[in-house]
Amino acid sequence: MNSKAILGERPIWMEKPSPLARTLKGLAVLVILAAVVFPFVLVVSTSLASQDQINSTGGYVLWPTSPSLDAYRQVLAGGAVTRAVAVSVGVTLVGTAISLVATVLAAYALTRREMVGQRPLLTLVLLTMLFTPGIIPMYLTVKQLGLLDSYAALILPAAISAFNIVIVRGFFQGIPRELLDSARIDGAGHWRVLRSVMVPLSKAVIAVVGLFYAVGYWNSFFNALLYLNDSAKWPLQLVLRSYVLQDSPMAAEAAASAGALPPQQALQMAVVVLAIVPIVCVYPFLQKHFQAGVLTGAVKG
Amino acid sequence: MAADLSIEDPINQKAPSWRTGRAGGRHDREGRRGPNLLQRLVRDRGLLTMIAPAVILLLLFTYIPLLGNFVAFLDYVPYLPLSESPWVGLQNFQLMFQDPAFWNALWNTLVISGLQLVFSFPVPLLLAVLLNSLISPVVRRFVQSVIYLPHFLSWVVVVALFQQMLGGTGAVTRALRDLGVDATNLMTNPETFKLLIVSQGVWKDAGWGTILFLAALVAIDVALYESAVVDGANGRQRFWHITLPGVRPIIVLLLILQLGSSLTVGFEQILLQRGNVGAEAAEVLDTYVYFNGVIDGNWSVGVAAGLLKGLVGLVLILAANKAAHMLGEQGVYSREQ
Repeated sequence: MNSKAILGERPIWMEKPSPLARTLKGLAVLVILAAVVFPFVLVVSTSLASQDQINSTGGYVLWPTSPSLDAYRQVLAGGAVTRAVAVSVGVTLVGTAISLVATVLAAYALTRREMVGQRPLLTLVLLTMLFTPGIIPMYLTVKQLGLLDSYAALILPAAISAFNIVIVRGFFQGIPRELLDSARIDGAGHWRVLRSVMVPLSKAVIAVVGLFYAVGYWNSFFNALLYLNDSAKWPLQLVLRSYVLQDSPMAAEAAASAGALPPQQALQMAVVVLAIVPIVCVYPFLQKHFQAGVLTGAVKG
Repeated sequence: MAADLSIEDPINQKAPSWRTGRAGGRHDREGRRGPNLLQRLVRDRGLLTMIAPAVILLLLFTYIPLLGNFVAFLDYVPYLPLSESPWVGLQNFQLMFQDPAFWNALWNTLVISGLQLVFSFPVPLLLAVLLNSLISPVVRRFVQSVIYLPHFLSWVVVVALFQQMLGGTGAVTRALRDLGVDATNLMTNPETFKLLIVSQGVWKDAGWGTILFLAALVAIDVALYESAVVDGANGRQRFWHITLPGVRPIIVLLLILQLGSSLTVGFEQILLQRGNVGAEAAEVLDTYVYFNGVIDGNWSVGVAAGLLKGLVGLVLILAANKAAHMLGEQGVYSREQ
């Protein structure tokens, strides 16, 4: 790594840029930051704003004058959005658990080259990185398996990512063989080795892969669109699409309370915020490790 | 294919001896017969149990659906067993080629792909150069944290955010109107739709795309810059003769891979916004499969389109990788040594 990156000082050979160049650079950075941050500010502010303020500014609010959490209370009061949040949380938790366990187990088995069929099985896993089966054959398969309109359809078809198996397997392979061999000599079976040697040494990478899976489940929307007809089972992303992008009225929400309703825009933006919050919460953990993961997987990000 | 191709395990760079050894089958290095298959299956039952869930899931939801593509050669009627669907050969492909909507979808796909190549591809590189030139590590890390974040948002959220900015009542639209610029609703304008798609892609993934470039930039030997300065090279010359050649391999690799996936353009993203601008502007191959096949019920034609796209895409990716290897770069997989 460059010394300047560590010290935070301009390298001695680099001439000081002209004031103009420095200003332009600073400006460019500010514009980029603003372009990313501004939409978030807008959405959060609008979700907290009152009807009067939204009316006076015409649809969006930069800074709520009298912020209220009414919109959140409303959407979380037990209507369709509340149910969708519950579905998304459930699918994400169960799905991540299934994906993670299957991935770690497979990754370990694939590091054992003495296993019968190790090579063909590895090829079978890796080949899936090269092709996707297509939308309709997927649909027909899920239908044949009787999984249409079930939560399993949101989990099982996307449960395994060969890329994640490669990441975990690569990490396992980096663990010194002596550790495994001595454990094996002491009589530990594969399950024991995995549980007491491999997993404790790979907590970080397992956490990251788990977060990748979790973000995938939380964000997925097309699986639900394709496999679920019953809107009562919709996850948050699909509800978000119908309320915010397609502007469907929030009927269930409106009926739920007789009093003054929070403004429609605030309700919509509250749903958007609900979809973003979990991502932002896990983001620091993700960020700590994903760089290594991406560089490892090189191009398959 | 599996015989001469092996997918490279990107982490395990040092070619493992067992791989090159390829003792193979039931013979060990000296050619003695080891335990027979049944004995080995029994011996490895623990390991096989471990790998079973992943393999079963992949078989069920990747390999079996892959076989399901044979529906492309049937006149498939839903609610009828597959065995009662008559075999029609290539008729579905003929129907597809006669469908103007298919050619429209292909055209849109290629245009968006081309635009992405021109606009989305260079942005991460420029961003990476900018980030790399930030002296303070604190500022740089902060900027990185901010610009990586959109990558983790769903397309539904990204489109909703864009709606708030560029939609009819969006903040940017309104600001432009206040400035006297006639900003038509950019979210529903078919003429600018493809640029909208590309800019959403940039907003979401350009920051994320800097990671590989940054790694390459940081890996450039500082001594090169120092000696160039001693020789009197100015900033532009250093950029041109040291920085760019330093990231060239990664540029070539990403470029080739981008070309390899040029038939796949933002499916979810376009699906979400197709209704705003209509099929003529927005239909791409993947959405054609979905709307023509699933929604309009032309199942077999949809499968045919998906199959054709998948096959051409596979050929493109394999060709791209071959090109990468010929240029001395490392692809997604490598030929076995």
